[in-house]
Amino acid sequence: MTSPIQPTPDHLVSALVRDEPRVLTRITSLFGRRGYNIKSLSVGTTEMPGVSRMTFVVSGDRGVVEQAMKQLDKLHDVVKIIDHSLEKFVDRELVLVKVRVENTDRRIEIRQMAEDFRARIVDAGHHALTFEVTGDEGKITAFIEQMRPFGILETMRTGRIALTRGSNADIPSHIYHEGETQTLEPLLQSAPREGKAREVNNLF
Amino acid sequence: MTQPDPIQPDSDQRGQPQPTVPDMTGAKALWATLAAHGINTVFGYPGGAIMPVYDALTYYPEVRHILARHEQGAIHAAEGWAKATGQIGVCIATSGPGATNLVTGLADAMMDNVPLLAITGNVARHLMGTDAFQEADITGITLPITKHNYVVTDPDELPMIIAEAIRIARSGRPGPVLVDIPKDVQLAAFHGELVRPQATPEMPAPRPEAIAAALELLKSAQKPVLMVGGGAQGASKEITAFARAWQIPTITTLMGLGAFPASDPLWLGMPGMHGSVAANHAISQADVLIGFGLRFDDRVTGRVKDFAPQAQIIHVDLDAAEIGKIVRAHLPVRADAAQAAVALTGDAVPFERPEWNAQLAEWKTRGEHPTTWGAAQAVRQVVARLRPDDILTTDVGQHQMLAAQLARFEKPRRWLTSGGLGTMGFGFPAGLGAAMAEPQVTSIVIAGDGGFQMTAQELATLTKYDIRNVKICIINNSYLGMVRQWQELFHEKRYSEVYLGDSNPDFLKLADAYNIRGWRADNSGDLESAIDAWLSHDGSALLEVVVPNEHGVFPMVPAGAALYEMIENEPVKVPDLGEKMNTLASNTAVSEVSSERKTEASP
Ligand SMILES: Cc1ncc(C[n+]2csc(CCOP(=O)(O)OP(=O)(O)O)c2C)c(N)n1
Ligand SMILES: [Mg+2]
Repeated sequence: MTSPIQPTPDHLVSALVRDEPRVLTRITSLFGRRGYNIKSLSVGTTEMPGVSRMTFVVSGDRGVVEQAMKQLDKLHDVVKIIDHSLEKFVDRELVLVKVRVENTDRRIEIRQMAEDFRARIVDAGHHALTFEVTGDEGKITAFIEQMRPFGILETMRTGRIALTRGSNADIPSHIYHEGETQTLEPLLQSAPREGKAREVNNLF
Repeated sequence: MTQPDPIQPDSDQRGQPQPTVPDMTGAKALWATLAAHGINTVFGYPGGAIMPVYDALTYYPEVRHILARHEQGAIHAAEGWAKATGQIGVCIATSGPGATNLVTGLADAMMDNVPLLAITGNVARHLMGTDAFQEADITGITLPITKHNYVVTDPDELPMIIAEAIRIARSGRPGPVLVDIPKDVQLAAFHGELVRPQATPEMPAPRPEAIAAALELLKSAQKPVLMVGGGAQGASKEITAFARAWQIPTITTLMGLGAFPASDPLWLGMPGMHGSVAANHAISQADVLIGFGLRFDDRVTGRVKDFAPQAQIIHVDLDAAEIGKIVRAHLPVRADAAQAAVALTGDAVPFERPEWNAQLAEWKTRGEHPTTWGAAQAVRQVVARLRPDDILTTDVGQHQMLAAQLARFEKPRRWLTSGGLGTMGFGFPAGLGAAMAEPQVTSIVIAGDGGFQMTAQELATLTKYDIRNVKICIINNSYLGMVRQWQELFHEKRYSEVYLGDSNPDFLKLADAYNIRGWRADNSGDLESAIDAWLSHDGSALLEVVVPNEHGVFPMVPAGAALYEMIENEPVKVPDLGEKMNTLASNTAVSEVSSERKTEASP
């Protein structure tokens, strides 16, 4: 396609989910069948046994992302959705980049450039250096662009992960009350968020 | 329909864990848990991987098992049970093919929010994932068509999982939940605890700000309209009171029929593709539209961007994801329909809008059905016999839309139809299930000659259990009539693969083969006496009505058109020399629609 593509904005959404069989399938299949676009997805365990946390980067306009969040929220295994556009957040991504090294001069040049990014060397070979870089999306993209002229052999990105800023834990304490494990009404009902939710169309 | 809810978490008499029978196993724990939930009837079909459950059933005489002749029949019967009573329906199947035969019913229940528990057997745990005999990944298959599903891996967790599954199926927006139980889990010794039923969570109350805003909008309305969907079947009383207090003209969707009494002069009929002239025009010209428990399905909205183009829309729904999904709500109210209706009734100012009412009255006179002999006339004569408590189920097709247009319901949960999925084969087994739930009422089934044959084998179930209150009416037009109608209107009458007349069975002989009495009529006069005999026959019976395939179902909003672009009446047909009928006006009708908006119709 040569016509200018309207850039679809990226939205950062996190979810707390119960570690049940197929929970990942449930979520990805929901995105798939409703046609939502996931740009990245990362999953990890949390400090609470039985609960995992995921961060999605969803691309699409606000309405699509809102609909995606509401549909996710209906899944039994989804405990809570955190819409990062409602509050300040920190996000990070980690990338491994393997760069070709042609000769000693190049090696020096590459290492100097990597230092500017505080990239760590995690593997050094005769003909390649592998770096680890952490940061927000912009930094990582910039690093990759800087390395591109030298010849990138391989990259792997973790996808973005995010937490809300400040002392507010996103995690409500009553997750595991018997008989109501699925009844959290995150975005829509949880009191501290209500004011913000109301600014968003259709959230009540 | 106002039977007491058998699932009473807090009552002393019901819902107590049952005393355990000797040698408790996973399978016995399953039945004990179902019994503790007040479940007294399940529909099912046995097979290898569910045999321990069927074996354990013999210890639990308090649960009646109805053996269907196909798992699809079993699950639609469970749906009919649930739709009529509002309580959970339960069905059971074996692994592999038994489980996959439930798929259509699960998808149907998901679309129409039917509370349903489906239990399937599966191969033993150590065989799962090895492509064992009759192994199917039924949880994987049904993941997008269930509210939730489980594989039970620990026999001791079975009661907890069943209780949770039932709670999920019944709570909030109801739906189907599937529990897959490996055979060795059924057989394993049970050392867990039986559990009490879990309470369903409270329904969300409307927020006061939302109610205040809605009241303000309503008071300002000059041309208000109320739309009631299937999600409001349980809130019929409250919504009727609300509509009457404000004197708001009321429309019930296909799934909402009966939630507002048809005899009330405020009632405008059904909206959408085969909706009434009054309902579709009222929506198109309304300035305030308030909808309860509906999801603005594409069959209801027509072309979405021209749906209710002048209206401020108040959308009351339990499911936040439905609000704003298709139609933008100016005022979203996420709440239980009954509570919202009550909150909106107190401050009511009855509308006095003579002009709007006069306009509505004029629309109400339009879109008459043909009175010559045909499907419409046949359906009209049958539904005229409905008494307020009778249940009417339909299959899918022209006969369904005609029944929806012509039947008049005074109560909720008396009209059971497959709306969201449009499942042919639903009508008869659903009517059978409803009849078993309510043996004192008559359950009338209207089916097409096509769809009836998709689940006709359940005639055996009628006979086996001597079910006496199912009255089946087959509208035999020799065609897959609805498909033929679309071919006539939109495919230049290329009638591709829709003719059944050369090979339909003799439906009376078919019924007779199962020991069921049948009557046949092929004209209006005979039909009247046939209906008398059919309804007064002591026992279930079948009535075949033979009609020419001459008339389509109208009004009709062609797919992609706006509601106000509906074709109100059947285009005039001129018989040509062949046996096929020629439609003069159909092509013009269609091209009108696909061209510019008609100015006089545009709002
Ligand atoms: C299981 C299934 N297959 C196909 C369809 C598509 N379909 C919708 S209506 C219809 C024709 C139904 O014919 P019949 O049962 O004779 O009813 P009629 O329209 O003639 O009243 C068909 C094939 C469907 N809805 N469901
Ligand atoms: Mg037919």
